[in-house]
Amino acid sequence: MTEGTEVKIPVSGIEIRHKARESIALIGNPNAGKSTLFNRLTGLRQTTANFPGVTVEKHLGTVQLEHSAISLVDLPGIYSLDGNSADERIAVDVTLGRMEDTPRPSGLLVVIDATHIYQGLYLLEQLLELQLPTMVALTMIDAATANGISIDTEALQDALGGIPVYPVSSITGHGLDELKHGLEHVTSNKVPVIPASWPELSRTAQSVAQQLGPDWQRIDVIQALLKTHPELAGKLGQQLGTDAVIKLRSTLFGDAPPAAAEARQRYGWVKNIIAEVQEHTPLYLKMSARLVRWTNRPWPATLLFFAVLMLVFQAVFTWATPLMDVIDGASSNLGQWIVTQLGHNAFSSFLADGVIAGVGSVIIFLPQILILFLFIIILEDTGYLARTSFLMDRVMRTVGLSGQSVIPMLSSFACAVPAIMATRVIPGRKDRIATILAAPFMTCSARLPIYALLIAAFVPDDSVGWMNLQGLVLFGLYLLGILGGLGTALLLKSTALRGPKPRFMLALPEFRVPNLQTVAIKLYDRGRIFLKRAGTVIFVVAIGVWVLAYYPRMDVAQYRSTLTASQQTDPANVDNAQSAAQMSQSWLGRIGRKIEPVFKPLGWDWRVSSAVVAGFPAREVVVAVMGTIYAVGSDADEQSLSEKLRAAKWPDGRTIFTLPMVLGLLVFYAWCLQCAATLATIRRETNSWRWPIFAWTYMTTIGYVGALVIYQVGSLL
Amino acid sequence: MTLADLTPGDTAILEQIDTSDPGVIRLMILGMVENITVRLENVAIGGDPLEVGFFGSSVSLRKEQARHFKVKRIPSSD
Repeated sequence: MTEGTEVKIPVSGIEIRHKARESIALIGNPNAGKSTLFNRLTGLRQTTANFPGVTVEKHLGTVQLEHSAISLVDLPGIYSLDGNSADERIAVDVTLGRMEDTPRPSGLLVVIDATHIYQGLYLLEQLLELQLPTMVALTMIDAATANGISIDTEALQDALGGIPVYPVSSITGHGLDELKHGLEHVTSNKVPVIPASWPELSRTAQSVAQQLGPDWQRIDVIQALLKTHPELAGKLGQQLGTDAVIKLRSTLFGDAPPAAAEARQRYGWVKNIIAEVQEHTPLYLKMSARLVRWTNRPWPATLLFFAVLMLVFQAVFTWATPLMDVIDGASSNLGQWIVTQLGHNAFSSFLADGVIAGVGSVIIFLPQILILFLFIIILEDTGYLARTSFLMDRVMRTVGLSGQSVIPMLSSFACAVPAIMATRVIPGRKDRIATILAAPFMTCSARLPIYALLIAAFVPDDSVGWMNLQGLVLFGLYLLGILGGLGTALLLKSTALRGPKPRFMLALPEFRVPNLQTVAIKLYDRGRIFLKRAGTVIFVVAIGVWVLAYYPRMDVAQYRSTLTASQQTDPANVDNAQSAAQMSQSWLGRIGRKIEPVFKPLGWDWRVSSAVVAGFPAREVVVAVMGTIYAVGSDADEQSLSEKLRAAKWPDGRTIFTLPMVLGLLVFYAWCLQCAATLATIRRETNSWRWPIFAWTYMTTIGYVGALVIYQVGSLL
Repeated sequence: MTLADLTPGDTAILEQIDTSDPGVIRLMILGMVENITVRLENVAIGGDPLEVGFFGSSVSLRKEQARHFKVKRIPSSD
């Protein structure tokens, strides 16, 4: 036993703000299985991933217990209370009750990974200074057993001064009932008044806090002494006198920086506890060791990295095609069926050209998006994504960033919004902002529909060696996004965001076999989000565009009378010319021709221009808008949207979608920031309008200029 | 000898840590303190960054910080 654990604090001494229902904070190291446990306990769906810092949002859930219910707050994974990164500060602020809209939790459920109790116990010892009722969930018990680690839970409980420790397995659910039972009584759990790892600091802080009065809690004094909270440190200096604080620090920390002294002291204690409670301490985990060695060996790893990327892009095209053909066929058949049943009128056009052609043209990309997400989820959950940051640190250094920016940039392949939130693990503010501005360049899943549409329509489905040309072009577009992102980071880091060289240090997760259920839930979530957008935002836009394109109706008799006799001989020609003329005098046509001059230098006609403009709030809308425009104004003989695009002509008969124009359009989409959600996230994360405005202006400009140069130069050749 | 001088597969004890670099303190917070045994697991292309394993965990760091860790190499048993 260690000293200082006998004294227990009275339960009545604990401040409870939530009388009706306790709020418990779920806290632990990144990758400790916190989010999985949260899912298990609350039954709520939410995303979990296998790399540090992904649980960036505040997740709330309710745990139904036998006699009551508690609310559980899932906090970002952290290693210490030092508040070095934005994520850590959020977790610390919530735990300490400094977060404005979140009440201070009345208890803590600390999650410790049984295979990483070294770092887990360090955080726990820091948390004990909060003097909140605390219990421990020891997760990954199966993995520990598989690695020959056995932990004496009772001995651990004793070493911690009586804090209950519940071994659980989130995979089998073993131990969860006991844990829930423990949660029922969590607020009456006793914590040692003086945690065992650093009694001198606890006692000193306690007596200083008592001396200063009710405004000061022990943890405040500790954070002030350790300088982890600069504001409190300043206040302590004012109240005690600078000399007294210096004296306290030198007694406690000697000459060392406070944080270093704390690490030495507490980890020294943890090391001894591990020797007491754990039989076998491997230096490295057996399971992942073999894999890790290979996947992080420099050259095999680099080859593997590119092979994985290529596989993803190939799969997105080749695996999805059969399913997409089915959806495409079904939606055009449905449209035709409606027209034959209802005849040619406003209502049938509304259903067929507005709803089905608009929304259907986006839904068709569901298979591709699911395949892309399947890969990203598997890469995340195996821990591979985090490991690439080790691999890519060198590359990132050349643009002034570190490997730490790799995870947000790679997850941007799925969506820039969570990626921008994931930049919270980056310690330096300038490095973080540079990464935030680089992330939207990465090809997100919403760009996939427009890429896929244009590639399928204009790139032949040929084989180049063992690869497919369409997949190769898609890979090129991803590279274009990466180049744009890295170029932007380099530009910013050598101008506006110039700063000290970022350091790179990161705890790397093990390789884990992804849990099938978790992968399925995440994939389902992604599909649901995509379909929900198609059913709401895109649905509304498609209807709006249909109304603008369908009305006002022109006078058909008058139109026909203007046609010459020779034009009237071929009925199909008359129909085509008539629908084109109708489209051109519709509201959409009138608006489109107003904005056409802006985009004419890029080779876009008014239809493409208005679709692109409509896509500024959310880029996948552009496909829906094109779907509706070309359905309302289409020739009778073309069925699929890509056929309609290929057939589109300028009034003088020239083809609109020429190779330079299509390439320019692709470049525009690769670089342009057409996503209101991303802008809102940048605003929230940087806490200023300056960066979202800059990002939008900058990306729109280079997208436009890129498309302009390619079209103009390409047309000369 | 420092952590930066080890070759992959080497095991060593951290003997003395120079805390003048704030990055080193971050590594100490992750558990790299004196008197623990570490193993150099991997070195990326170009010799930097390094991956160090200890107590079942694995941490990646740059050579610049690794130089601040004086180590004593443990001769391998095989």
